[in-house]
Amino acid sequence: MAIIEEPLALTSGEQHAERPLGVLTRPQANGSWKDWVSTVDHKKIGIMYGVAAMFFFLVGGLEALLIRTQLAFPENGFLSADVYNQIFTMHGVTMIFLFVMPFAAAFANYLIPLQIGARDVAFPRLNALSFWVWLSGAIFLNTSWIVGGGGADCGWFCYSPNSGITFSPTNGVDFYAIGLLITGIASLVSAVNLAVTCLNMRAPGMSLFRMPVLTWMLLVTQFLLAFALPVITVALLLLLFDRQFDSQFFDPEAGADPLLWQHLFWIFGHPEVYIIILPSFGIISEVIPTFSRKPIFGYSFMVFSGIAIGFMGWGVWAHHMFVSGIGPISVFAFSMATMFIAVPTGVKILNWLATMWGGKLNFSTAMLFAVGTVTMFTIGGLSGVTHSLAPADTQQTDTYYIVAHFHYVIFGGGVLGLFAGVYFWWPKIFGHFLDERRGKIHFWTMLIGFNLTFGPMHVLGLQGMSRRIDTYSSGFGFEFWNLVATIGSYVLGASVLFFLWNVYKSKKEAPNLPAPGPDPWDARSLEWSIPSPTPEHNFDEIPVIESQDDWWFRKYNIEDDGSVVRISSAEDAAQKGDAVGVHLPSPSFWPLVLAIGLPLIGYGVIFNLWLCVVGGLLTGGAIYAWVLEPVDDPDADGHGHDDHHDGDDPDGELATVGAAGDDTEGEG
Amino acid sequence: MATATAPATDTHHDAHDPHATNTGISNNKLAMWLFLSTECLLFGALISTYLIYKTRGNGEVLPTDLFDIPFTSVSSFVLLMSSLTMVLALSAFGRNDLDRGKAWLLVTAMLGAVFMGGQAYEFTAFYEEGLGYTTNPAASAFYTLTGFHGAHVSIGIVMLMSLWVAANQGKLTGKNSETVEIVGLYWHFVDLVWIFIFTVIYLIPPE
Repeated sequence: MAIIEEPLALTSGEQHAERPLGVLTRPQANGSWKDWVSTVDHKKIGIMYGVAAMFFFLVGGLEALLIRTQLAFPENGFLSADVYNQIFTMHGVTMIFLFVMPFAAAFANYLIPLQIGARDVAFPRLNALSFWVWLSGAIFLNTSWIVGGGGADCGWFCYSPNSGITFSPTNGVDFYAIGLLITGIASLVSAVNLAVTCLNMRAPGMSLFRMPVLTWMLLVTQFLLAFALPVITVALLLLLFDRQFDSQFFDPEAGADPLLWQHLFWIFGHPEVYIIILPSFGIISEVIPTFSRKPIFGYSFMVFSGIAIGFMGWGVWAHHMFVSGIGPISVFAFSMATMFIAVPTGVKILNWLATMWGGKLNFSTAMLFAVGTVTMFTIGGLSGVTHSLAPADTQQTDTYYIVAHFHYVIFGGGVLGLFAGVYFWWPKIFGHFLDERRGKIHFWTMLIGFNLTFGPMHVLGLQGMSRRIDTYSSGFGFEFWNLVATIGSYVLGASVLFFLWNVYKSKKEAPNLPAPGPDPWDARSLEWSIPSPTPEHNFDEIPVIESQDDWWFRKYNIEDDGSVVRISSAEDAAQKGDAVGVHLPSPSFWPLVLAIGLPLIGYGVIFNLWLCVVGGLLTGGAIYAWVLEPVDDPDADGHGHDDHHDGDDPDGELATVGAAGDDTEGEG
Repeated sequence: MATATAPATDTHHDAHDPHATNTGISNNKLAMWLFLSTECLLFGALISTYLIYKTRGNGEVLPTDLFDIPFTSVSSFVLLMSSLTMVLALSAFGRNDLDRGKAWLLVTAMLGAVFMGGQAYEFTAFYEEGLGYTTNPAASAFYTLTGFHGAHVSIGIVMLMSLWVAANQGKLTGKNSETVEIVGLYWHFVDLVWIFIFTVIYLIPPE
């Protein structure tokens, strides 16, 4: 694809005469804030995902500190039971839907096109739409603190009938349902977009089994998202209809079955665990080979075990429901499935170890985080397998043992891996390093704080301390470990602030330090073959891929005797980033406008249906404006000035937008 | 192709083959296929909900008591025929026979509208016989499932009419008949879901 032979006009930084299309003129890049709100560049969108997710990480972290402060001492009165319920619910919802998922989406957006040798994703405007819709849903969800009478108070899993209007009379649960519906639309659009990108936009020679492991894991994640989200969509809609329109889906007195919610939720909820963890697995599969100076051990095993996790993740949901009375056959089947799914995960862990085995290890900050991910995830994975034993799980259900387990998986396995990615790709994204010395302090304080917080919860859980209860009595032996966990949580909080300080300080020091160059870590995948920070057009020339780790083989040769010989410096082998005339998609405001309409519909459902009309008009209008706006700024492509209705462009987009329109109207 | 593939297609290499992708399927069509695959899960969850709830209630009237199979058979037949006219529309656009293409688009949309009219009649009749949305879990599940299907048909009608308008403005011609094909994929899918709903929900009697 796209090897540029002749210069075309560059869209960035050029001014063009206004075309007489009024509101439907494409905005032009001119270096102002408008660039960001109208951008369709996957790199800018990735950065915005990262920044917004980091903000919600702080929000969710603050909620976590409130929880731990309340639990520091027995019979503490810091938070009331009601507020405590809201805080722990919103902590879970924020961390999962507003931090880990979008933070992984930041990497997916930024890196998938670079790793497969593409100039952008398949649908740049839909990509912008995903971000803005996600952000509008995230903001909507949190406005329930102000206008909804408090946050949702039913736990992130929101079991019925607790979530019904009888037991949760504020609007918190409505905000939960609609907020997650909106962010779900964002994730669904993004999943389709990124999956098409991986399948359709690869550079010549980049066959599926030459894609980096990260891209593979992200592809599997997109399929999991695509199939899991419709199920939670249905569950949330049924809940919303129950609360707003008095339908009878979850009212046991009317003959409904509360277990329906549990099934629908966990059919989504368990794949969700792999949606959270697989991007992190992918990231450390890039970091560990680079800093071990070896190729990934067992590439095809890594890929196939990721795919296997993607399939088997659908067959284990009821292990969240062993105490729900689902019957011995179901319990047996889901126990077995849960044991089996540990196999592909174990394959991955052993392959990472085998990659490190005999390698020249360089414990940079990114590598430390990656190794931390492997070790902490192993602990979480082992406690996870104990849940497959239904009798033991019956004892552990709803205790802090479960809390310990899933934090080791999601924080230890997911978040530490994402931070490995932050330190690894920071120079590529921003053109300067994050300071390594401060980074290592960040790592160790985070690791220690994490283990101090969640390690003791294993003990507390096995001693019988219930989760989701706002306080505990003294005299049960819970005092000491709760205090330790609270101290640990403050250490963890401090480590996050230290990370932010590192970001600030590293940026300030950057002008006095040598630039990282295209390939500071001597890495293996395509994004390191272009300058840092990534030029707007990504690749001067779309590379032709000849092997796995193609970029590494442009730097090194393996001689007949097996020795590795350097044949080129990274600077010489890398592209220069100086191509001019690369055609890029024009920016657009309509994704943002469309995204603003959705929360208005949400407020309308809760407060006043007339607002739905306003939101619906905004959304519907944005869809048609999107379809009708010219595919490119009419002057931007340097040829064919007057033929922007020529070819199949406007209508090609029509179908795409039609699909997005279904989402918003059919599912949202 | 849209902005979507502009980076890949705006070259002299493949300027003559705007659909050059790794899979050979255009981005738009692949996206529609993926989207429809997610819709299977959406309707799967709704149909399962109805099947679990179809006899749930405290003795109130149930949807299964009210089904009018001959009437629904006719409206199902109308919807099925709209798939035929959709194919005829695509075939006409493929031959660049715009007049016929536009006519068949219009007929397809109108058949869809007739189906929607049938659904509106059915809902009204059921309501008058005492089956409200909030009557019991079976009623809620029935109206939600069929209502969701109806919403999908309605969106399909909007898409068909948008195509019709675009064709009248000269923006939709034989060159971009793939757009018609993609909307057609959606339309056939919605029909297919109805065949499933009609068989499983209407035709199989309650135990």
